[in-house]
Amino acid sequence: MATHYDAIIIGGGHNGLVCAAYLAKEGRKVLVLERRYVLGGAAVTEELYPGFHYSVCSYVVSLLRPHIIRDLGLPKHGLQILPLECSFTPHLDGPGLCRWPSADKTRREISRYSKRDAEVYPRFGKAMGRMARAVKPIIDMVPPDPTSLNPFELMKFRTLGDVIRKLDDEELPRFVKMMTMSSADFLDEWFESDILKAPMAVSGIIGTFQGVRSPGTAYVLLHHYMGEIDGAFRAWGFSKGGTGGISLSIARAAQAFGAEILTEASVAEITVSGGRATGVALTDGREFTAKNVISSCDPKLTFLDMCGEKHFDDDFLGHIKRYRYRGSSGKVNLALDRLPQFTCRPGDGLHIRGDIAIAPSIDYLETAYDEAKYGQFSRRPYINVVIPSLTDPSVAPPGKHVMSCFVQYAPYDLREGPADWENQREAFGDTVVATLEEYMPGLTDSILHRQVLTPWDLEKDFGLSEGNIFQGELSLEQLFFLRPAPGWARYRTPVKGLWMCGSATHPGGGIMGAPGALAAERMLKERAL
Amino acid sequence: MPRPTPFHDRLQALCTSYAWKHWSGYYAVCHFHESPEREYNAIRQAAGLLDVTPLFKYDVVGPDAGRFLSYVCSKSVARLKRGRVTYLCWCDDDGNILDDGTCWRLGKESYRVTAAEPSLYWFEEHAEGFDVAITDITDTVAGLALQGPTSRDILRQVCDIDVDALKFFGVKKTTFKGGFKGHVTRTGYTGDLGYELWVRNKHALALWDLLMSEGKAFGIYPIGLDALDICRVESGFVLAGVDYTSAHGALTPAEKSTPFELNLGQTVQLDRGPFIGQRALKAEAERGSEYAFVGLDIDWVATEKVFAEYDLPPSLPAAAWRSLRPVYRGTRQVGRAYSGTWSPILKKNIALATVRADVASPGTVLDIEITAEYERRRVPAVVSALPFFDPPRKRA
Repeated sequence: MATHYDAIIIGGGHNGLVCAAYLAKEGRKVLVLERRYVLGGAAVTEELYPGFHYSVCSYVVSLLRPHIIRDLGLPKHGLQILPLECSFTPHLDGPGLCRWPSADKTRREISRYSKRDAEVYPRFGKAMGRMARAVKPIIDMVPPDPTSLNPFELMKFRTLGDVIRKLDDEELPRFVKMMTMSSADFLDEWFESDILKAPMAVSGIIGTFQGVRSPGTAYVLLHHYMGEIDGAFRAWGFSKGGTGGISLSIARAAQAFGAEILTEASVAEITVSGGRATGVALTDGREFTAKNVISSCDPKLTFLDMCGEKHFDDDFLGHIKRYRYRGSSGKVNLALDRLPQFTCRPGDGLHIRGDIAIAPSIDYLETAYDEAKYGQFSRRPYINVVIPSLTDPSVAPPGKHVMSCFVQYAPYDLREGPADWENQREAFGDTVVATLEEYMPGLTDSILHRQVLTPWDLEKDFGLSEGNIFQGELSLEQLFFLRPAPGWARYRTPVKGLWMCGSATHPGGGIMGAPGALAAERMLKERAL
Repeated sequence: MPRPTPFHDRLQALCTSYAWKHWSGYYAVCHFHESPEREYNAIRQAAGLLDVTPLFKYDVVGPDAGRFLSYVCSKSVARLKRGRVTYLCWCDDDGNILDDGTCWRLGKESYRVTAAEPSLYWFEEHAEGFDVAITDITDTVAGLALQGPTSRDILRQVCDIDVDALKFFGVKKTTFKGGFKGHVTRTGYTGDLGYELWVRNKHALALWDLLMSEGKAFGIYPIGLDALDICRVESGFVLAGVDYTSAHGALTPAEKSTPFELNLGQTVQLDRGPFIGQRALKAEAERGSEYAFVGLDIDWVATEKVFAEYDLPPSLPAAAWRSLRPVYRGTRQVGRAYSGTWSPILKKNIALATVRADVASPGTVLDIEITAEYERRRVPAVVSALPFFDPPRKRA
């Protein structure tokens, strides 16, 4: 075990693995250390009930960068993305709303509620698509340092300038509005029907501790139009075999390039000597040395827990301590004996093969947030449901199904403190099932197994501080050259040889892989290894 | 007017897209809903069910049946055992391909041949002197292709054969649940795990209903020809009438091709008793072929760049395309692509092409014509070995 590595990567999530794969591809000697028995971090599949494979945390994919898929040859290593076909918003009264890939079908659905909205909808999509395309170069670039006088850094701002210049007279004001308005207000400028606005508005609040009426949330709408599958914008999909399938394909690619991966290898400490990271010590006493240590964990775990405060100045520590997590969501995974039936649209038709949003109105969503603000989980939360076994039968026994429910709001900080989640976990699960039961009578009776994950569990089991699914809120003040801290957005840290490559770095969370790839790019460019 | 296949009642009820085409004089579904995407995924992730009745089917029976087939086809069936199927083709005297299909050996003197184009006349014309009877059963036997990773599990529910004992390219007679009889072949045109099921027309609907109900738990989904087309391009299978023109239908010699030129060399057995086209094919084997059939992996980054010049995202046809596209090496045109598709499973833009033999080795970089915003452009395309997609379960 005396091997000396070029790079040790802490965390075998998708970003850690992407970073490892890129470095190994360039011939570097790389070791990945994963604390759990299984790879994937929050992009993980586990068989928690015999025959049922849950995408335990993250459950859909859209932002995985196409160039990463190509560079690492992921299809060869088993990556398969299956399309999510539609977006269904059931209602307790009325047929609900389903948005389909077919523009005509969608127009007809929306025109039940508003003929005007039905025609505006494709225009909105086009506007967002154009804007997403314009902004896309930002995702794929290492953030420039605004305080630098290096002409190469300043040149990068030209890219930003180009982005802005590309927007026309209508688009520029729209862009500014998106950066500042709430998603509900922004959508109000376009649409009149609540049933359409509500499921669209939630895109702006996923994973943040904000409501659909909180300013700044409109920008995140755009993030959701940036997804690409096969080069087509605005496409979401499942991974074959659950989201763990993505991580495993990246891991196989990394191994094929020569990276070593260890599971059940929990890092206790990043060893620092003379202001330089020299390796890691594991909880079981093993030690590894390397020229560079790259953490895919969030800043709290990396700097405060694994390194220790003594290696950083107060200024930096202040930023890291102020970096906001505030997990606001939970996850309920169900093993079902049979397909659920919606009262508003019975049958096992196509409408349940996409994502199903329990988001009947803007008020419903804002009310759910109100409760969370004061330390309670929402009594009637926003729930995003998918049933991947309909498209990918390999994740459940024949005729049975897995149902994945993303739930917001479940605030990390309960009124009685986060530890109270231990007492409230099952009540939270019951609330989610009861909410769904209103739309799908009989669901409760068909449940064979239930897994409830609260923010507290996400922190404990998955190393996501305060249970934030993006390793820190995706809000404007924590993006781009501010992520995770001003001056330290370029994957470097104040400790020499210590780097970051997780969702807490630009461009943030979601199964994108971009932070891992950009960190590797940066390290190679700086000849750090 | 095309006629309905025996499955038509069921297909019509499901085909909400009204997207039909004509296939050998029958109505065939292109895709059941807005796009073939879901059907494609059913084939690759669960199971797809496709009406293949329009394939031409012939029973070839008699003491000389084997000798006759070995004479007509470029491959000998002398070693084909009972219960086995082989893929083969037949050519004219000049070694130009007429058609390709499968040949099953059902008994000592009993074979069945499937074909893409009507072939009875050609077979009968060359049957003289052979003690053989050829019957066209195209209109009396209905066929369903059951293709995809869960197809074996479904088959297990619906018939009485030992499904695991039916090996790749095997055929077995069976009694289906419900009491009617038919054949199961471990064959397909998708490059996936799959079977084809054959019954007399009167049992067709019973077979369809049986598969759809027993297959539900395994994700069975009806599929049309568009989804099949994506799969067959991924699998590198040639399609008569698209990737090659039957010598019978070719207007000029240049339109004809030989099995060697279509990457079907494995269906040609030269050193044996006489067969139609033998002399020409032998000569070609010695001389070397002028053309080769290859895969092309069309450069995606270059495609994106071309479209970006027009400030557009790259756009691709929703289904597989079938149109001739010139292929270049430098300024010289060296071939043409016949069909292609975006491969969702490989995340590649691929095509099947005939190119000059000197530029056919895998890895050679050629250029293919694409159209971006009404303008003809060229992007690099790398010659790639076929098949593009070849999962272990295909032969399992």
